[in-house]
Amino acid sequence: MKVIAAMSGGVDSAVAAARAVEAGHDVIGVHLALSSNPQKYRSGARGCCTIEDSHDARRAADVIGIPFYIWDMAEEFHDGVVENFIAEYAEGRTPNPCLRCNEKIKFQAVLDRASALGYDAVVTGHYAQMKIDEQGRRLMYRAVDPLKDQSYVLAVLNEKQLAGAMFPLGDSHKVDIRKEAKARGLYVANKPDSHDICFIPSGNNAGWLRDRLGSENGPIVDQAGNVVGEHQGAYTYTIGQRRGLGLSVPTVDGSPRYVLKIEPMTNTVVVGAKEDLAITTIVGEKAIWCGPMPTPEIAHRGFAQIRAHGAPLRCSYTVTPETIRVILDEPLLGLARGQGLVIYDGERVVGSATVSQTE
Amino acid sequence: MAIYLDHAATTPLHPRVQEILSAEFSRTGNASSLHTFGREQRKRVEEARESIAALAGASPTEIVFTGSGTEANNLAIKGFYWSQVKADPGRNLIVIAAFEHHAIIEPVEWLVEHEGAELAYIPITADGVIDLAALRGIVENNRDRIALIAVMHANNELGTVQPIRDVVEIAAGIPVHTDAVQSFGKIPFNYSELGVHSATISAHKIGGPLGVAALILEHGIDLTPLLHGGGQERDLRSGTINAPAIVAFATAAQVSCAEQSENFQRIRELRDSLKTQISSAVPDARFNAADTPGLPGILNVTFPGTETDSLLLLLDNAGIAASTGSACSAGVQQASHVLIALGLSEDEARSSIRFSLGRTTTQAEIDEVGSKIAGVVASARAAYSVMGR
Repeated sequence: MKVIAAMSGGVDSAVAAARAVEAGHDVIGVHLALSSNPQKYRSGARGCCTIEDSHDARRAADVIGIPFYIWDMAEEFHDGVVENFIAEYAEGRTPNPCLRCNEKIKFQAVLDRASALGYDAVVTGHYAQMKIDEQGRRLMYRAVDPLKDQSYVLAVLNEKQLAGAMFPLGDSHKVDIRKEAKARGLYVANKPDSHDICFIPSGNNAGWLRDRLGSENGPIVDQAGNVVGEHQGAYTYTIGQRRGLGLSVPTVDGSPRYVLKIEPMTNTVVVGAKEDLAITTIVGEKAIWCGPMPTPEIAHRGFAQIRAHGAPLRCSYTVTPETIRVILDEPLLGLARGQGLVIYDGERVVGSATVSQTE
Repeated sequence: MAIYLDHAATTPLHPRVQEILSAEFSRTGNASSLHTFGREQRKRVEEARESIAALAGASPTEIVFTGSGTEANNLAIKGFYWSQVKADPGRNLIVIAAFEHHAIIEPVEWLVEHEGAELAYIPITADGVIDLAALRGIVENNRDRIALIAVMHANNELGTVQPIRDVVEIAAGIPVHTDAVQSFGKIPFNYSELGVHSATISAHKIGGPLGVAALILEHGIDLTPLLHGGGQERDLRSGTINAPAIVAFATAAQVSCAEQSENFQRIRELRDSLKTQISSAVPDARFNAADTPGLPGILNVTFPGTETDSLLLLLDNAGIAASTGSACSAGVQQASHVLIALGLSEDEARSSIRFSLGRTTTQAEIDEVGSKIAGVVASARAAYSVMGR
């Protein structure tokens, strides 16, 4: 196959590209420039989008022996990921930009351009496994390395996108990938993993949002509507947050309070007791199926996951083509609208949805 | 074998230069040493200097060898600026053509940012030539404020030759620098006839080695050096004299000047053939300033509805080496400032390619490009349309 290896400049995508070459594919390396002024988003070697990263990616491509190009995806990234991130927070939701990036950039914009240019698939260094079932369907599974498993952030890929995706690292442990990189002469072998949100170099998400959305103070209220404090911009809070609330009115028994709800329309943050955070029902919209859609209207048993490295939660779920409704076996404390809800059948990724409602 | 149509970036060593280089590199001696070894090297460097001076219409003492065209341009721009503002702090305006090479624009921008310089751009006409009336206006309104004027002799992306003598006449005594890196050896270039105060020429654009160039600088002008050290080159440039490269530079200059008219005609015919073939393969392709007199081998083409990212990849895949303006330090393709100055939109500039032909280009290669270009452009268009830009 003719494939494009998306090379971030990190160790994982470099080894993924090398493995694709070894598997006999005709590979070219492509580094995605996600900012038209690449220093802008990040400095230091821990994330994406820097001059060092594009250089590292180029050097890795040289060592592997494949052509290398840089594609300017700044516009797509800004419109599809950064703007969406800001807009979601402005609406009081908590988005995961990595999901959007995989959905809109790596496996849409890049894949579409790749196919137009005559390439069959995009290879990335994501940790997830792809298996073909008896009916020849491509199904996605958790990676072998539980600490690196990235199936959660890939659960936004539909069947067509999965057909154009290759994840050569899903069967390996990170520690072995580093060893392999070293053995292959890739000097990125010891490069630190990226963390945080790549377009917020400081890691200070609240400050970054405040710069873009302004900081209008507003009331923090309890569930009865009594004002118990003042906040500096509702979107800088997250559901379940306990620290840094600066509440002026203590509870009668001195028990701590947690953020229960964020209401951007009235610029209000609602707080309450820990037990009020507990939810058992999650409704997600904009469902995407990573394979066959489960039979609608009947309850299925499985696991729900609501964070990239969160624990799988035992649940029953029912689906419609656009929605997923989850009943958790055990109550969950704190879940924000906008978070990604991913459903697993054992190790297999069933699909995902965006949390729209919790009870 | 891939087809090399990027001769304006750098062009293959001439076989004669290659022979000279390997012979020269086997010699020992620092040209600044007084002993036999040094004297021999010095002699060869001075012969090379005399030869290049004669070919460029300059006197040997006007040739200052540098490590690159960029260095020579920096030396001229910063050197003139510093000596001018030292004499009169009010003379801090630098006037340059809007489509100068980065080796001119960046040192000027640096002076603006760090040294209080001001910058005025001379606009470019649709023919790819500086607007002389506009330059006249700038000079009339700022006569006592202008530190120097820089206009390239031939533009690297369009090939168009610039009216340097008119610039010198309008400048009427204001220092004029011309970057002749693309023109020297390829079209007639004569330093003293042009009347400029300084000019940059380079070896690797004419079949010479990388890493050697020269600033031609009028007698009696003392510029502030960029590199301080042994003062080997007229006290203006320090660093051990790169004797083998300088000797090879002279050989390249001799060969390219001797073969100039023959090469010009042959390369221009090949370029015109490429233009005709692209026109028939891609009828809506547009050629930028292709009818203006200038360098023989440059063809700048806009393929509407494409993007350089894709064109680059597809041409490379098809075994065709061309170029697409410049990339930033991270390698992201930028819309060419030359094409923007010419009046193209960002989108048009981002869908343009420069083919540059040279001494080794053959008709068979041009025909192969002609046969592949329709497919390349069609795929690039498909990629552009899925991007929905």
